[in-house]
Amino acid sequence: MATTLKLEIVTPEAKTYSEDVEMVTLPGAEGEMGIYPNHVPLMAQVVPGEVIARKGGQDHFLAIGEGFVEITGNRVAILTDMAIKAENIDEVKAEEARKRAEARLAEKLDDTETALVAASLAHSLAQLKVKRRNR
Amino acid sequence: MPSTRDIRRRIKSVKNTAQITKAMQMVAASKMRKAQQAALAGRPYASLMNEVLGEVGVDATDFSHPLMEVREVKKRAVIIVSTDKGLCGGLNGNLLREAAKFDTNTTVYITAGRKASQFIARTKRQLSAEFTYKDAPLFSEARAISKFAQELFTKGEVDQVDILYTNFISTLNQKPQVRQLLPIGEIKGVTAGVHGAEESEAIKASGVEFLFEPSAHTVLGAMLPHSLNFQVYQILLEAKASEHSARMVAMKSATDNAKQLVKDLTLEYNKIRQATITKELLEITSAAMAMS
Repeated sequence: MATTLKLEIVTPEAKTYSEDVEMVTLPGAEGEMGIYPNHVPLMAQVVPGEVIARKGGQDHFLAIGEGFVEITGNRVAILTDMAIKAENIDEVKAEEARKRAEARLAEKLDDTETALVAASLAHSLAQLKVKRRNR
Repeated sequence: MPSTRDIRRRIKSVKNTAQITKAMQMVAASKMRKAQQAALAGRPYASLMNEVLGEVGVDATDFSHPLMEVREVKKRAVIIVSTDKGLCGGLNGNLLREAAKFDTNTTVYITAGRKASQFIARTKRQLSAEFTYKDAPLFSEARAISKFAQELFTKGEVDQVDILYTNFISTLNQKPQVRQLLPIGEIKGVTAGVHGAEESEAIKASGVEFLFEPSAHTVLGAMLPHSLNFQVYQILLEAKASEHSARMVAMKSATDNAKQLVKDLTLEYNKIRQATITKELLEITSAAMAMS
């Protein structure tokens, strides 16, 4: 029986992550999901948040944007529009982005812009969450 | 007859121009490679998306979505993807000639790139929104454009959305092309790569039974906008690759022309110099003969 999962995280710009891990926790649209090897095939929506990959007993954190996950037996493939490893997150920048997005939301915007700003706010919040948890 | 000094000055200035165009050619070449690589980097994303679409498609038959609704086309939106800067040969000229073919009264334009915005302003057409994109297009920029177009469509302000961009055929050949973005006729696969926007990969299901969360319909519904965003992103990259290769070719021919001009001018210069020397010699010898 396989004891590892292949976790792949791809964005339109690059393949951000591709490793064999023991367990993955990801933010599903209907709550957090923990995936162990030999999971039933599952297709789910993911929301901006943090992905935790346990590898060799150590947890690795990543921030992801909205997207999808495809789970087949021993492969977890996440399709998302943003993915950043915890160590690459610039906290100051993320914090600035959050403030900017919140300020923009406070102004009166039309629906399109609100949606866009909310999306970028979710992105920066996800990054901040991952970064702060690391300490 | 121009003086030797004039010609010398001319040669110098042409040489300077050649140097600049040569540098621009190099820069464009490297940027073109980058755009092509960026387009290829989207390949894992594209294949994964096709997998998901394939799986979802099996479970979600008789699926309908606001983005797939076909209506009588009374008003259409056209997204024009142009460049920001000139000096890229006939690229923008060809593109905007296509843009002018749409009916002015029933078409609103969405522009990406400064040249397109200028064109719309100059020809007094209806501009709906103006977007910018960087030299290395970001996915978020593509998403902004695609989101806007989807809004227009779902609100019923337009009944069809087309996108006009320069298709990258080869380094020497780029062609303006119109593609229908909305409504989505059938659900097709997406491909990445600079020729990616043209053909689409086949979607296939693996035959494995999947669970869906929340449901197959919801997943598919959420998938469609994503695949559109991705298509727009690939188109931006393609347009960038076209721009840089067009600029590279234009700059190469400019450099070649400048070099030829320097050659001609040098020949001219030498002719005049020789003629002057001969003339002076003649004068000296004839003066000497007159003295003796």
